[in-house]
Amino acid sequence: MIKITLKLFVTLSKYLPQGNEALEISEQTTVEDLMADLGIPGDLVKLIFVNGKRENRDCLLRQGDRVGLFPPVGGG
Amino acid sequence: MEKKLKNREQFNQRYARNLNTISRQEQERLGASRVTIIGLGGLGGGVCEMLARVGVGQLTLIDGDRFDVSNLNRQILSQEDLIGVPKAIAAKQRVTAVNSDVVVDARVEYLDSGTLYEGIKDAGVVMDCLDSIETRFSLQDAAHKAGIPIVSGAIAGVTGQVTTIFPGDSGYGLIYGQKTREQLKGVETFTGNIAYCALLTAALQCSECVKVLLNRGDILRNKLLIAELWSNVFEAVDLT
Repeated sequence: MIKITLKLFVTLSKYLPQGNEALEISEQTTVEDLMADLGIPGDLVKLIFVNGKRENRDCLLRQGDRVGLFPPVGGG
Repeated sequence: MEKKLKNREQFNQRYARNLNTISRQEQERLGASRVTIIGLGGLGGGVCEMLARVGVGQLTLIDGDRFDVSNLNRQILSQEDLIGVPKAIAAKQRVTAVNSDVVVDARVEYLDSGTLYEGIKDAGVVMDCLDSIETRFSLQDAAHKAGIPIVSGAIAGVTGQVTTIFPGDSGYGLIYGQKTREQLKGVETFTGNIAYCALLTAALQCSECVKVLLNRGDILRNKLLIAELWSNVFEAVDLT
C-alpha cells in the first residue's frame, strides 16, 4: 500500500471517503483506477494534477503524491 | 500650456499612491494601453473597477446583458436602482465616475464566434470574464487570429481560476479538454458564485493584465492558478 493526498474540488468533494484527504491505496494504482474506486464519473473531471503538474488519467500514483481532480469551472 | 501643466499635476496626484510600486514610466505606459473586457458580471465588474483605478487608459466594455436582482449577491456594479440597466452602460458610468481620464467604449452586445475577432482586434489585452465555456474557446480562436493575449478568469462557488493565454498556446484545451469544447456546462450552474470569490479572482486577473502590459513579473502562462477558499488552497498548476 502507498499513501497519497487527494484534493477533490468544487462538486467533486462529495466523493471523498469520510471527507479525509489522506488515503491509502494499492501500489500500481492509476488516477483512472482511483476515480473508479471512488465512484467519480469520468466526465466530471476535466483537469488532473499530481504534485502541481497536469497529468493524464493513466498516471501511475506513487508514495506521497498530492493528487488534485478539478471539474469544469466556467462562471463569470 | 497652462492646461497641460494642470493635467500633469492631476496625473501626479491621482497616481501618487501607485508610486513606487509602479514607476512613472510604467504608469504612462498603462495610460497608453487599451484593454477589452468581455463579460461585465461578477468578474468583469471588478476588473472594470480595478483597471480604471490602476490607470489603464482605454477600456472597451462588452456585454449584452442587463442587471437583474439575482446579480446583487456578487456583481459589484449592480445595485437596486440599476435593475434592468445594460451592464455595459452601468460599467461605463462607473469607470467615468472613478477616472474620467479613461477613454471608454461601451457596447451593449453579445459577441459570438462570428463577431469576436472584430470586437477585440484593437486591444492590447483581452480580459475573459465570460460565463460560457463554449464562448471562451471561440474567444481563444479570435485572440489567436488577432495576436492578442487573453487573461482568463472563471469561478464556481468559492473556487476561482486564472490563467494567461498567449496566441498559439493550447490554453483552454488543457483546462477543459479539447473534445468537449461545445456544450460543456461549468459546475457554477450548480454552485452559484459568491461575491468575495468573484472579486478575488477579478483582482488576480487585473494583476496578470498589468504584468502583461508592463512586461514585468511572473505571468501565469501555461499555468492555472486555482484558489479554493473553504480550505485556503492556492496552487499554480503547471499545465504543460
